[in-house]
Amino acid sequence: MSGHYEARFAAVGGQGILLAGDVLAEAAINYEGLYAADSPTYTAQVRGGPTKVDVIIDNKRIEFPRTTAIDFMLCLAQRSWDRFAKDLKDDCIVLIDPSLVHEVDEKYRVYRLPVIEITKKKMRKMVFTSAVSLGAMAGLTNIVKPESLRKALLKKAPRGTEDANKKAFQLGYDAALELLGKSG
Amino acid sequence: MTIRLAHYLRMNHMPHMWCPGSGIGIIVKGILTAFDELSINKNDLAFISGIGCTSRAPGYLDMYTLHTTHGRALSFATGVKFSRPDKNVVVISGDGDSTAIGGNHLIHACRRNIDITMIIVNNNIYGMTGGQYSPTTPTGAKAATSPWGNADHPFDVSALCKAAGATYVARAHVGSGVQLQRLIKGGLEHKGFAVIEVLSNCHTQYGRRNRLADPIDLINDVAKKTVNVRQAVKMSEEELEGKYVVGLIHKDESRKEYCEAYDEVIKRATASR
Amino acid sequence: MDKNKNIERKVVFWPGNIIVAEAAIAAGCRFFGGYPITPSSEIAHVMSKRLPEVKGKFIQMEDEIAAMGAVIGASLTGMKAMTATSGPGFSLKQENIGYACMIEAPCVVVNVMRGGPSTGLPTAIGQSDIMQARWGTHGDRPVIALTPAYSDEVYSETIRAFNLAEKFRTPVFLLIDEVLGHLSERLEIPDPSEYELIERPRPTVKPEDYNPYDPSFGDVPPIADYFSGYRYHTTGLNHDMTGFPTTSQELGQSEQERMIRKVMSKVDEFESYEEYMTEDADILIVTFGSTARAAMVAVSDARAAGIKAGLFRPITLWPFPEDKLRELSKNIKGIVVPEANLGQLIYEIQRVAHCDAPIVGVNKVGGVPIYPNEILVKIKELV
Repeated sequence: MSGHYEARFAAVGGQGILLAGDVLAEAAINYEGLYAADSPTYTAQVRGGPTKVDVIIDNKRIEFPRTTAIDFMLCLAQRSWDRFAKDLKDDCIVLIDPSLVHEVDEKYRVYRLPVIEITKKKMRKMVFTSAVSLGAMAGLTNIVKPESLRKALLKKAPRGTEDANKKAFQLGYDAALELLGKSG
Repeated sequence: MTIRLAHYLRMNHMPHMWCPGSGIGIIVKGILTAFDELSINKNDLAFISGIGCTSRAPGYLDMYTLHTTHGRALSFATGVKFSRPDKNVVVISGDGDSTAIGGNHLIHACRRNIDITMIIVNNNIYGMTGGQYSPTTPTGAKAATSPWGNADHPFDVSALCKAAGATYVARAHVGSGVQLQRLIKGGLEHKGFAVIEVLSNCHTQYGRRNRLADPIDLINDVAKKTVNVRQAVKMSEEELEGKYVVGLIHKDESRKEYCEAYDEVIKRATASR
Repeated sequence: MDKNKNIERKVVFWPGNIIVAEAAIAAGCRFFGGYPITPSSEIAHVMSKRLPEVKGKFIQMEDEIAAMGAVIGASLTGMKAMTATSGPGFSLKQENIGYACMIEAPCVVVNVMRGGPSTGLPTAIGQSDIMQARWGTHGDRPVIALTPAYSDEVYSETIRAFNLAEKFRTPVFLLIDEVLGHLSERLEIPDPSEYELIERPRPTVKPEDYNPYDPSFGDVPPIADYFSGYRYHTTGLNHDMTGFPTTSQELGQSEQERMIRKVMSKVDEFESYEEYMTEDADILIVTFGSTARAAMVAVSDARAAGIKAGLFRPITLWPFPEDKLRELSKNIKGIVVPEANLGQLIYEIQRVAHCDAPIVGVNKVGGVPIYPNEILVKIKELV
C-alpha cells in the first residue's frame, strides 16, 4: 500500500457493514504494521437506516481522522449511495451490488458484483455478506494483502464460523478476480 | 451532668440550632437509643443528610457524618453503602428534602432495596427556608407561599415508599417516643431499604400560620389524627380520610437486598474469567 | 508516556470510549456511578462488564445528579470513583460537582462532548462544554480539565485524571468529544510499569488529632477513608478546618483561597501541551482535542504553501497554560482558534495572548468536525 488510503463501507443497518470496516482496519494494524482509524456513523437507527463506516489507513500516525478523498467505496444500498457518495476521488474504486444499487456516477471505476446473490445462494445465511464483500474488496484492491484481511476476518469471526467465513471470503475474492478477467 | 447516649454526640457542638419545642430532638434521641440498644459502633456508622433543619442533625453526632446537597442524601448514601456493604448507613431527611427535590432518589432507593435506613421527618413544611408549602402540606393549609391556603394535594409518604418497593415502612408520631424508638430499631435491624416516617412539628413555620403556634397544641393536633395500624385495618376508607396510620405499615423479607444481589453479579463475573 | 523498547505492549483497536473505561480500571478505578447518555454510554457498558470482574462496583443510578452523588459517596470510603456523561448530563451534575470541590473529594468526571445547547446533537461532535467545565458550578473553585486528542493520549490522560484527582483532592474533568469517543485507532496499551499511580494523602495522625482541612499539612490536607477510625464531619457549607460550618468571613476567604491555591500553585507540575512548528511561526493556531488533529494537517498544508504556521495544543486545558501562550504570542502575525462551538476558548486566548495581531476563530457547529482546509482558509486570510 502506498502512503494513505481511505475506504468507505456503506449499507443499511443490519448488513454487518461495520464489521467489514473493523476487519480492514485490524488487518492493517495487526498484520501489516500500519496505522488505521475507523469512524462509524453513529445514529440511534441501528437497523434499517443508511449507515457507513470510514476506514483510513496510513503508514504513519493518522492526524485528521475523517475521510477527505476516498479511494474505495463499497455500497450495498441505493439510499446509502445517495447519501454517502461524497468525497470520492475521481479514480475511486466503487464496488456495488447491482441488485441493490442501480444508479451511480459512472465517472468512478465501478464494479458490479452480486454480493447478495452469491451470499444467498452459496452461503445460505445473509450474515456472511460482509465476508463475501471483504473477499471481493481483496480481489479488487491492494489496500492490504488478501491474506491479512483473511486472517483479520477469521480472528473476528465467532467461534465455529471460521470455515464458513473462509469460504465466503474466497467466494467474494474469486468473483472479483473473475470480474477483472483474472483467474483465481 | 452525665447525658445518656452522649457517646454518640459531639457535645462540643452544642447547643443545637433547632427551635425550642421542635420535635427533632425527640427523633434524634429515638435514633440514638436504637443505635445504643443494637450496640452499633460509631466507627461503623455513616449518618447522611441533605438540606434543611432536619439535615443539620449529622453535625451533632459523633460518627461519619455527611451533610450533602438538597434532596441528594440518598444518592451519596448509596455510594457509601454500595462501597462498604458491611457498614451501617442511615439517612435523615425532611419532607421537602426527601419527597420534593429528592423524590426521585427516594422512590429509586425504595425500588433498589439497598440496605439503608431512612428517617423522614415530616413536619408538613419547609422550615429552614422560611415556611413554604411542601409536598406534605395539607390542602388548604397556610404557608409562606400559600397565604390564601394551599391549592396542592399532599403525598402520603409511607404509602409512596411502600408502593415504590421499600421493604420496611413504618410511621410514628413524635409524641409517641417509645413506639418511635421501637420502629427505628426495627428499621435498623431490617436487611433492605427501611423508611421510618416521623410525624413531627414545626410550630415556628407551620403552626404559627395555622393557629397552632404552641408546640404542644401542634403535636396534639397531629396526635389526634393518628390511627394505629391495628385499628386502621378495621376502618373504612372514608373513616381513614385525613388520618395518619402509625405503626409498622409494611415489611417484606423475601426480596433480596441490593448489595447482596450485586455480590452475585461479582460472583458471575469473576467465575467467567 | 515514553516508549520503552523492552516492554511488550498489547496492541488494540478500541473506540475512545472503551479506552477511557479500560484506562480507568488500569488507574485503579473501582466504582462507577452512571446514567445512560449518548454519546458516552459505551463507557458505562464497559464498566458494567469490567468492574465486577475486578470486584469493583458499577451502578446505574436514577439520574445524572444521583450518579454524581454516588460517586462522591464512594470516594469518601476511599474508592477511586468515576462517572461519565455528555452535555445535558454534565449540566445536571454541576451542583454535586461543586459539592465535591467544596468537600475536596477526589473523583473523575468524563464528558464526551456533543452539540448543544439543550438536547442539541446527541450523536455528533461538539466542543461546547469547555466553559461549562470552567465555570459550570456556582462559586469559585479550582478546575482541572484534560483534553486528549489521540487514542494513546485518551488512555494516558484518563490515568492522569485519576492521579490529579487523588493528588489534589478535587474533581477532575476528562473532556473528549463524540469523534474521539467513537474513533478506533491503533493503541499500544502501556505496561503498568510505564506509569505511576497516585493515591490521595491519608492521615497518619491519631484520630483525635485529625482535622479534614488542617492547613498545617499544606494546601492539600490528608483525607480519611470512611470507617477507618477517623470520624469527621463533611458539609457543603463554608467550613473551618474541622469540617464544621462557619460563618466567619476570614475563614470563608482563607479556605476558598486555599482550595484554589492547592491547584494553581502547582500548575507547573501538571501543565501539558503540544507544540508543532511554533519556533518560527507567524500564524499560531490554538486548539484542543480532536479539532487539533485537523489543525495539524492545516499547519503542514500551510507550510507546504510557504506560510509559517504553527500549532499550540493545550492538553491540560484548565488551568490554561497561560505563560506558554503568552510567550508564543509575542512575535506573531495572527492567531487562529478553531473550535467545534461558536467561540469559547477564543475568549481565553484574547485574555492571555500578548499581541496586537488579529485573533480569529474557526467555528463550526451542527455535528460535523472542522476540516483542515477550513482552518487553512483562515490562515491564508490572515497572511
